[in-house]
Amino acid sequence: MILPWLILIPFIGGLLCWLGDRSGNLLPRWIALLTMLLELVLGLWVWANGDFTLAPAPGAEQAWAMEFQYPWIQRFGISLHFALDGLSLLMVLLTGLLGLLAVVCSWREIQKHVGFFHLNLLWILGGVVGVFLALDLFLFFFFWEMMLVPMYFLIALWGHSSADGKKSRITAATKFFIFTQASGLIMLVAIVALVLVNYSSTGVLTFEYEDLLKTQMNPTVEYLLMLGFFIAFAVKLPAVPVHSWLPDAHAQAPTAGSVDLAGILLKTAAYGLLRFAVPLFPNASAEFAPIAMWLGIIGIFYGAFLSFAQTDIKRLVAYSSVSHMGFVLIGIYSGSQHALQGVVIQMIAHGLSAAGLFILCGQLYERLHTRDMREMGGLWGRLPYLPAISLFFASASLGLPGTGNFVGEFLILMGAFPVVPIIVVIATFGLVAASVYSLIMIHRAYFGPAKSDEALPGLNMRELSMVLFLAVLLILLGVYPQPILDTSAASMNGVHQWLGTAFSSLVSAR
Amino acid sequence: MTFTTEHFIALLPLLITGLTSIVVMLAIAWRRNHTLIPTLAVIGLNLALLSIVYSVRVGEIDVTSLMRLDGYTYFYTALLLVTTLACMTLSHAYMENYPSNREELYLLLLLSCAGGLVLVSAQHLAALFIGLELLSVPVYGLVAYSYFNRRSLEAGMKYLVLSAAGSAILLFGMALLYAESGTLSFSGIGTQLAQQASAGLLLEIGIGMMFVGLAFKLSLVPFHLWTPDVYEGAPAPVGAFLATASKVAVFAVVVRLFQTMPAALNDTWLHNVVAFIAILSILVGNLLALMQSNLKRLLGYSSIAHFGYLLVALAAGQGIAVEAIGVYLVTYVVTSLGAFGVVVLMSSPSDGERDADALFEYRGLFWRRPYLTAVLTVMMLSLAGIPLTAGFIGKFYIITVAVESSLWWQTAAVVLGSAIGLFYYLRVMVTMYLVQPGLSRHDAPMNWGERAGGIMLIAIALLTLLLGVYPPPLLQVLQYTGL
Repeated sequence: MILPWLILIPFIGGLLCWLGDRSGNLLPRWIALLTMLLELVLGLWVWANGDFTLAPAPGAEQAWAMEFQYPWIQRFGISLHFALDGLSLLMVLLTGLLGLLAVVCSWREIQKHVGFFHLNLLWILGGVVGVFLALDLFLFFFFWEMMLVPMYFLIALWGHSSADGKKSRITAATKFFIFTQASGLIMLVAIVALVLVNYSSTGVLTFEYEDLLKTQMNPTVEYLLMLGFFIAFAVKLPAVPVHSWLPDAHAQAPTAGSVDLAGILLKTAAYGLLRFAVPLFPNASAEFAPIAMWLGIIGIFYGAFLSFAQTDIKRLVAYSSVSHMGFVLIGIYSGSQHALQGVVIQMIAHGLSAAGLFILCGQLYERLHTRDMREMGGLWGRLPYLPAISLFFASASLGLPGTGNFVGEFLILMGAFPVVPIIVVIATFGLVAASVYSLIMIHRAYFGPAKSDEALPGLNMRELSMVLFLAVLLILLGVYPQPILDTSAASMNGVHQWLGTAFSSLVSAR
Repeated sequence: MTFTTEHFIALLPLLITGLTSIVVMLAIAWRRNHTLIPTLAVIGLNLALLSIVYSVRVGEIDVTSLMRLDGYTYFYTALLLVTTLACMTLSHAYMENYPSNREELYLLLLLSCAGGLVLVSAQHLAALFIGLELLSVPVYGLVAYSYFNRRSLEAGMKYLVLSAAGSAILLFGMALLYAESGTLSFSGIGTQLAQQASAGLLLEIGIGMMFVGLAFKLSLVPFHLWTPDVYEGAPAPVGAFLATASKVAVFAVVVRLFQTMPAALNDTWLHNVVAFIAILSILVGNLLALMQSNLKRLLGYSSIAHFGYLLVALAAGQGIAVEAIGVYLVTYVVTSLGAFGVVVLMSSPSDGERDADALFEYRGLFWRRPYLTAVLTVMMLSLAGIPLTAGFIGKFYIITVAVESSLWWQTAAVVLGSAIGLFYYLRVMVTMYLVQPGLSRHDAPMNWGERAGGIMLIAIALLTLLLGVYPPPLLQVLQYTGL
């Protein structure tokens, strides 16, 4: 019963926030804080008590660390089927953690309609947790689309429009919604087609993940259906050329929205690839792998170059996400166990470091009321702490050893090297590009001539503890990633086997 | 043929509705009263709705060769009655401060509803035509009901002329069919079609012209030109009736027509026409809605698109198509009623001014009427087919049918249409949350939620959410009401 509660808690908490709106602004904030705390504690409890050697793998009967099933729409064999393995758990924990930070970082930023804001914030988190736990494909799609609505509101109502009025927050929100929804519908078509293919061979109409894993398909059908899934995930990841919603959405979103978007929403796509696209269509995925990895390469460099060219600090961080997700794409489709483990670390590390950078951008914005780096410069002397912490997160983002990002990127590159040496060699240069854009951000914002000598208000306890907490976690992840690796090992081993068998049969077929 | 008690019981919903309209007419002659007349009409419709429980027990039965009363009939009968009831409730809210005669509106609604009931049970071209005319003729009056308003009058005239033209084409098609096959019953024509290996040219043209005539009523592209003007001109509750009850009845009979003569759709030529019109309706409807700043026109264009989606299921014609159409029609009706309902509550035509249908009048509504905004938000999300709302279940069904029948072009059109549709649904939605402008001409009364119209609207919103989260009961009913 604990799995449905993991999903329900944010939804209920969100409604309570809305109702609590009447008695002032403080109550909804505290309700949201306690809700996310409860969610996180529940997740940690599961972590302490679950057996994460159980995970889906090819051939074997599926076993999960935790499972919950209840019939829903029996006409189509749809049930409320939630299950949890190491990978889902880590993602749920990340959601809980960043959700907590999202609440804390909007403590001062959001001053209007606080209850409604937290309703949307918590519903996004509930939807994301649903995505991470759903095992019924219909249910998965249900949550996948559902979380768009509150995210839309978050950007459209509490976002910032740029000063010249060219990029409005509503345009950004609409763009985000349409990109994700349209690609999601393509995935829905693929899901339905997969179910019907399974139905025509077995005579059982079901949306059950475990049953659909056994579907027999001819290669063309498998390839097309895999593309249907891949497009949806590629848009959300985002992979070049379908990334263009991301910088806009990030730039206009409020800080909490950016934290959620970069930290968690992008991870749903990687999770979807690992959980659904690859295991359901291993042969097609193996065939598609080179293309996906080249898309990853393009993403790494394209993201890095555009990141370098930005003047808006949030857009810079947004494009850096595109670059980082390129590594994830390479790691997933290389199919090696080490690279897949690296993907998990990279996802978590990027979640933490991007969240940290966005929170810092938010704090800068609260003080300077601009995100334009041309207006900054010389802040190092005007602001205590913040520039130094920014430097830490920037170096984490460029993959400095000692931070989680280094472990993730290193594992991905090392694991993928025996499989695809050329791609890895090229991708490694991405790390150089990463240091260029990370350091140029620091340089433009904090060094150089100051615009004025006036000192700016320093960080208060709330702001300082948020970013320091993230920094500590990143270092912990960097020096001792073993608990994470252990938790996700079984899940990643399953994916590795699926892809590995497919790769070897692909080689023998040639 | 002789009438037995069973026949009468089976016909009860239609008989009661007919009787109610007579009672209401006499009551209007006796005394004008804006409480008495609607109450009478509502009681009558509720009785008709209740009588379905008895009628269903009779089972499948033919009443003369004109009508067939089966599960399918009763399902759409119930849907029509509920829809009409909802429209009446909305009308009552709308007409409260209405400057002219208010009572005839209910009479016209009843008559039109009776026409719809005939239509959904028709299995004969004569019944089809009678039902269709009985459905449409009162609507001419309804559309032009605010005769002191130029737009309303214009819309009424436009609808009259175009609808009559549609009927004429329909009749011509029927005549051709009769000339070639010598029968007017659906099944008779179906057999003729199936027997002739290559259907005669006249038969094909006949069916084609019939489809054109019906497409006029369903406002499918390219026969849609009247729709936005009529939707804009008609009083809001009439717009709701036009978008829901009248279209549902026509579509139900179209489905029965094509299901009883499957040969018509096996014919590749006609199948291609239907499939092509589906794509055209989806794309054109959605594209034209993009630029609208008038909520009623926008809903009109969006209804064109929605009937395009339904046509995809009609073109598929096999498997779960009929069930999918049922689900989609229910979700569409619920959603459209909700959307028009908000427009109705926002408008109060006390001194003959126009309805609150311009989008800017909804700016900042959230900060004035949060719950009313929540209702319209749910409706817009449902029209866009977002999970948690009924519209998602409908869209899921349409995609399933399209994929099941390998209609890939249509599937692509549905996906593309939904993406385009999102743009204007979201625009309406976000408008309501924007910062409040200085003045607002129209507003729902403060206590809208405590009146009949408001209570019904909230019920509709809850129903939309319920259908989206837990659809099994509806699906179960539809299992028994197929063709």
